[in-house]
Amino acid sequence: MEVMLFEIALTFYFASAIVCVLELFKGTKTTSVIMLVLAVIGFLFHTSDIVARYVISGHIPIANLHEATSFFAWCIVFIFFVLEYRYRLGLLGSFIMPVVFVLMFSSSVLPRKMEPLSPVLQSYWLGIHTVLAFLGDAAFAMAFGVGIMYLLQEHYVKSKRLGGLFERLPSLQILDEINYRLITMGFPLLTLAIITGAIWAENAWGKYWQWDPKEVWSLITWLIYAAVLHLRLTAGWRGRRAAILAIIGFVVVLFTFFGVNFMLKSMHTF
Amino acid sequence: MKVLVIGLNHKTANVDVREKLAFNGPKLEQGIFGLHKLPGIREVAVLSTCNRVEIYACVNNKGASTDIMDFLADLHGLKRADFEKSLYALNDFDAVRHIFRVSSSLDSMVLGEPQILGQIKDAFEFALEKKTTGVLLNKLMKKAISTAKRVRTETRIAENAVSISFAAVELAKKIFTELADKSFMLLGAGEMAELASRHLVNNGVRTVMVVNRTYERGCELAQEFNGKPVRFENFLQELVHADIIICSTGAPSYVLHKDQMQKVMKERKHRPVFVIDISVPRNIDPEINKIDDVYLYDVDDLQEVVDQNIHGRKKEAERAETIIDEEVQKFGKWISSLDSVPVIVALRQKAEEIKREEIEKFRNRCPGLGEEQARAVEYLASAVVNKLIHPPTVALKEDTEDRDELIATIKKLYGINGEDD
Repeated sequence: MEVMLFEIALTFYFASAIVCVLELFKGTKTTSVIMLVLAVIGFLFHTSDIVARYVISGHIPIANLHEATSFFAWCIVFIFFVLEYRYRLGLLGSFIMPVVFVLMFSSSVLPRKMEPLSPVLQSYWLGIHTVLAFLGDAAFAMAFGVGIMYLLQEHYVKSKRLGGLFERLPSLQILDEINYRLITMGFPLLTLAIITGAIWAENAWGKYWQWDPKEVWSLITWLIYAAVLHLRLTAGWRGRRAAILAIIGFVVVLFTFFGVNFMLKSMHTF
Repeated sequence: MKVLVIGLNHKTANVDVREKLAFNGPKLEQGIFGLHKLPGIREVAVLSTCNRVEIYACVNNKGASTDIMDFLADLHGLKRADFEKSLYALNDFDAVRHIFRVSSSLDSMVLGEPQILGQIKDAFEFALEKKTTGVLLNKLMKKAISTAKRVRTETRIAENAVSISFAAVELAKKIFTELADKSFMLLGAGEMAELASRHLVNNGVRTVMVVNRTYERGCELAQEFNGKPVRFENFLQELVHADIIICSTGAPSYVLHKDQMQKVMKERKHRPVFVIDISVPRNIDPEINKIDDVYLYDVDDLQEVVDQNIHGRKKEAERAETIIDEEVQKFGKWISSLDSVPVIVALRQKAEEIKREEIEKFRNRCPGLGEEQARAVEYLASAVVNKLIHPPTVALKEDTEDRDELIATIKKLYGINGEDD
């Protein structure tokens, strides 16, 4: 049953991503409405899938990489809807839905078997720690998309070639502002995720910090975003530089998420 | 019935001819009544703008155009030869298409400019007020307005600035979202710079600083924009506060260098700056465009943007022509529905239908009716129906001046729907 829900969600996200890409070439009001409707339907099925897994397993479904990636994608779509509702940015979907689809697709090819949770992980901290971490990462993912939009628009204005997407992309100021807001949202979430993680680790293993690769890379991520915020406020690293940092930051986030699992031994491995 | 357009525009006539034929002031009223009184002219409206003078008429015969030309010569105290070769006269479909193209701004000097639609509306309202229009022109004008709106929403003909000063404002909006909280510095003076400044202020910029080598001149300009004058010696200090800078001084060399701007940006913590240099020779080192978050456009860059936009509008105009074709077709269908024959047929059908239904009802109510009585009832009904529809049928068949109106009225009274949408 929940397999079906996931497939349906994936299909709708796929359709939505296709429309998003088409929108880049020839956008009308209709295409952006279709894109949103498809994404909303996909999101509803996706939510049902996560709820179903929660009910069956009895814990928040992030026990294997399939579930975790899927939940990550869910968080991104959620924040995308919030931004879309709040700002109605042109073309935001075109830069986000493909990312969502790629995540969902990666999730779909990963093993889906529900494993019983190991006793150390059975704690309410699981829900708190992971939801904070995922929401934070999702905010960084959005900042990545918005950062790319900024660089593109910046390029048009700076090079004085006002063709292509110039017309439909939002203004530089709003893109920069949203990039900043997303990072100011993601950063405290990540901070809290690390703190709760440490407390949980102390409960489970008796140690706050063990220099586990996931911990180390999370710390690196945290330092990068701390630098992004610090440089903006003190040295005026906004605009283009902030956009580039947001993109680099998200690449590190992705590595922390996937790379650590595949390449390094970690107790966070699924 | 014939639709007729007679007129001249910026393409066919120079301004000295156009101004002689303009219907300004009392001439408009005098002219429209005079035209309406001409034999063979049933409906008339006059559009008179600085770029065109056009007479829209609904006439009985094609000879009316000569009468109109004579009338124009008379009214404006000219000889026909003075303006005749500048005039165009279009009939029926060509006339309808022309009116739609004019209202949609495809015939304007600046393609896609918005004023013409308002001018058409005014011209039409004036004629309506003076009661010189009827069913046909009313419909035609309404369609001209709705076609123009369709063109505006379905194509991008009216989008993107086609003047340098508007292009500057549009760019500012793509760098900053809201202009209301932005500060603007006008460095120097000059027609184009002042025009651009005015557009910026109209688009919400509230804080204005005016720098001029002659402080008094700066004060004057500052007053005009409700801003504050800044002495030329101090402009570098104030530059930190400016988000938008328009530079147009007569200086022979750069007044703002890269290293100066770099310092300013550092002090501003790299909040973006939009710099427009419309001075020739340029007054701002072009190198400053290389500084992060500084966007410098000189007069050629803006002209380039404008040229691109004009090119874009031309492409959109091609799409607009298709829309106009469609609307002309639709209008043609409506005109042919004004023909009386189908109305007479529809009227008969309607009457027959009512008769049949009523007889049926009557028979059901009186089942004991004999064959002969039934025939008598039918006869009675037919007689009443025929008597009732005879006068409208006769009236419809007569070729009178107000037949179009009559047809429309009868359709309305009897609830007959043509291809009228």
